[in-house]
Amino acid sequence: MPPARWKILETDDTVKSPSPALTMKAAVLIQRWYRRYMARLEMRRRYTWNIFQSIEYAGEQDQLQLSSFFSFMLDNFTQLTGNGSDLISQLLDPVVDPWLDREICYNLIPVPESYTGPRLSFPLSVSDTNALLSAFKEQQTLHARYVLQLLYETKKLLKQMPNIIHLSTSYTNEITICGDLHGRLDDLLLIFYKNGLPSAETPYVFNGDFVDRGKKSMEVVSLLFAYLLLYPDYMHLNRGNHEDHIMNLRYGFTKEVMQKYKTHGREILQLFQDVFSLLPVATVIDGKILIVHGGISDQTDLDFLSSIERHKVKSALRFPRRSLEQLDIGHSCKRMRSTAGSRPSSHSKNQLSMPYTINVLQVPYLDSLSSVPPPPPPPQHDREWRQVVDILWSDPKPQEGCSPNTFRGGGCYFGPDVTRRLLLRHGLQLLIRSHECKQEGYEFCHGGQVITIFSASNYYEEGSNRGAYIKVGRELVPRFYQYQVSRTTRKLTLTQRVRVAEGSALKALKEKLFTHRSELLSSLQQYDQNNTGCVSVSDWAQAFESVLRLDLPWRTLRPHLARLAPDGSVDYQSCFEDMEPGIPLAQVTPNMAETLFRYRTDIEIIFNIIDKDHSGLISIEEFRHTWRLFSAHLGVDVDDRAVDDLARSIDFNKDGSIDFTEFLEAFRVVHKLDNKEQLNGKTAGGKCS
Amino acid sequence: MMEDKQSAEPVVADVHKKITAAFTAFDYESNNTVDVREIGTIIYSLGCFPTQADLHDIIAEVEEDNTGFIALDKFLPVMTKVLLEHKFPPIPEDQLLQAFEVLDKEKKGYLVPEVLTHYLTQEGELFTQEEMDEMLTAFTDHQKNLVYYKDLISQLAADPGI
Repeated sequence: MPPARWKILETDDTVKSPSPALTMKAAVLIQRWYRRYMARLEMRRRYTWNIFQSIEYAGEQDQLQLSSFFSFMLDNFTQLTGNGSDLISQLLDPVVDPWLDREICYNLIPVPESYTGPRLSFPLSVSDTNALLSAFKEQQTLHARYVLQLLYETKKLLKQMPNIIHLSTSYTNEITICGDLHGRLDDLLLIFYKNGLPSAETPYVFNGDFVDRGKKSMEVVSLLFAYLLLYPDYMHLNRGNHEDHIMNLRYGFTKEVMQKYKTHGREILQLFQDVFSLLPVATVIDGKILIVHGGISDQTDLDFLSSIERHKVKSALRFPRRSLEQLDIGHSCKRMRSTAGSRPSSHSKNQLSMPYTINVLQVPYLDSLSSVPPPPPPPQHDREWRQVVDILWSDPKPQEGCSPNTFRGGGCYFGPDVTRRLLLRHGLQLLIRSHECKQEGYEFCHGGQVITIFSASNYYEEGSNRGAYIKVGRELVPRFYQYQVSRTTRKLTLTQRVRVAEGSALKALKEKLFTHRSELLSSLQQYDQNNTGCVSVSDWAQAFESVLRLDLPWRTLRPHLARLAPDGSVDYQSCFEDMEPGIPLAQVTPNMAETLFRYRTDIEIIFNIIDKDHSGLISIEEFRHTWRLFSAHLGVDVDDRAVDDLARSIDFNKDGSIDFTEFLEAFRVVHKLDNKEQLNGKTAGGKCS
Repeated sequence: MMEDKQSAEPVVADVHKKITAAFTAFDYESNNTVDVREIGTIIYSLGCFPTQADLHDIIAEVEEDNTGFIALDKFLPVMTKVLLEHKFPPIPEDQLLQAFEVLDKEKKGYLVPEVLTHYLTQEGELFTQEEMDEMLTAFTDHQKNLVYYKDLISQLAADPGI
């Protein structure tokens, strides 16, 4: 019998009510359909997530490529026209010890009357940090003079700190622990709003990766440093793997700084280099909870870590070189000889033996296996480097043991046994780390002995994941608080969020296909001896898996990536239909084009380094040299004449210089669908300027 | 029986791959187990329409002794049988329309959210509040505050592509 209150809802009493059995049946049908729909949506969400993660890790693998190129350049440096030593010093800056005081004349920098942003006064007070909060909420930029002063003071403070910070819950309330922020100011502000600003009542530990990827890294890191100066006893920062100037070159922080600070950007970045390398590497609460950014390895030794000079590890991506210590810039110029064209390999290098790079891994690059010589027994500062890199880069894995982290190109994968042993050895009960994005903002593993905490919500895309923070009090039981920043005021349904995220992920994945087209095609053709243009779904999946080395459910993704022929096999050329290069350059051979597409980001970074005055232009000579070096390093066969042709063709102004932004535009993958929409937009409204 | 099996070999292999792919999407620890609470999602995503009772039966058959986990090697044969025998066939779209029309006796083409909520949270295989909220947020015409169920049906029935 339907309940009595039904009468109120019925609009027409004369219509017969359905029988209870029928109503129930109807309800069940609807419920079942809906649940199935939601389940399929959830499945899509999972796959989308996998795509993002795979591509992210593959991207970090490329990072190793770039840094080994820098090492290669140091080894085989050829004089560029002009002051060649500038290139080395810009790239690697070996001589300036972060411990030393740089010449910072921030008080000579004039702040114009028209500047309406915060004017900080040191030592900082709450009104300064409040001023920063308001200013950043209103999209203001802090003046370079104050940035430099802030960094200078932060550096002074950090020099006094040990490598490992020990905190106690006896004198404080609960401690709040936050994970990666990656330049997401909204997330930081949300945390402060929900949890309170840093203070004696609300102490914080921020576990690294404050910068890169997000657009507001400057604002995030300025706030964190300001609170550090304001409350050094209640605000604690751990170094992350992105607090590293070489990572910043690639992942956006360097760019952001140079864009926001055109005059003083370089100085600011140099100070950041120092400050980052002076950040503590670990925090311990009550001797029981260890907090590090990445993780641990089977070599991790907290006592050793406490004793090292942490600032000496400036970047995880500059492998320690004995040669560096003994070299000064003058020397390096004298000993390098230019050997035009041929790959320089064994010229004499003073007393030094053949320079080596300590690559501790066998690194599968996306296209080939590159095996590097096993490391010799590490001298002191190499061990330091390794210990710090392990802390900043490692990831937990479910299986026992400890293996090199080939995805990231640095650190280890550590198993539950490694965790158990380390916790036992140092009398700890819990390891809190960050470094990996988690859908719910946090995740347990290793039987509850490891927690991953990640504080950048919507990291991959709007709706991709929540952010979270941990609060822990005297009883040392972690409590989790989740949140999600929303850019739109209208609440997006799960369907919409999944669709947006999926679209993004698939676009990124398709770009990978495009930039590996020739390898994919040659692999596919092995399965298609008769040249029919089609292969079975299994073979298609197999080919893609082996070339791209992304651990994805290819068969399930197939409908988004390739069309089927009438007989159910895959028409593999259809994979590449949707995309095309930005601007077609006739002089570029297919081989060169693909290399340029694939390494576009790396090449951009190198150009940015060479372009000392940020004019956006480099000389043809510099371009030629760099390109030759890079392709020699990659083992790509490049015809000298082809390079010259290319160089000349992109010298659009015929003045001997190349606008590399324009050049790189040609090698950006354009999605045809986007193009069409843009075209429609343009023609509809007439000519847009 | 034997010859059936032979001709069905490639089909079985494909079914195995499908099930394994769906399963591993939720295998967070990469040890070939999933949380028992994900089984419903996995089975639905493989195209089946089990009732809650059916789900409980399957779980009882494959769960590892009350651990809360289900192992792939137990799940695979059971699920393969389900798929090959079409045990929980899809409910045709027109039946879904009829279901809504049972609730909308006057065939107005829409339902008031409160009415829909009452039915789905009080009858049949009850929706949780969360499920109800999500459905209403997604499918209510916010200006008129009505649920036009024909739109809902075409969404639910649309091939999500996976």
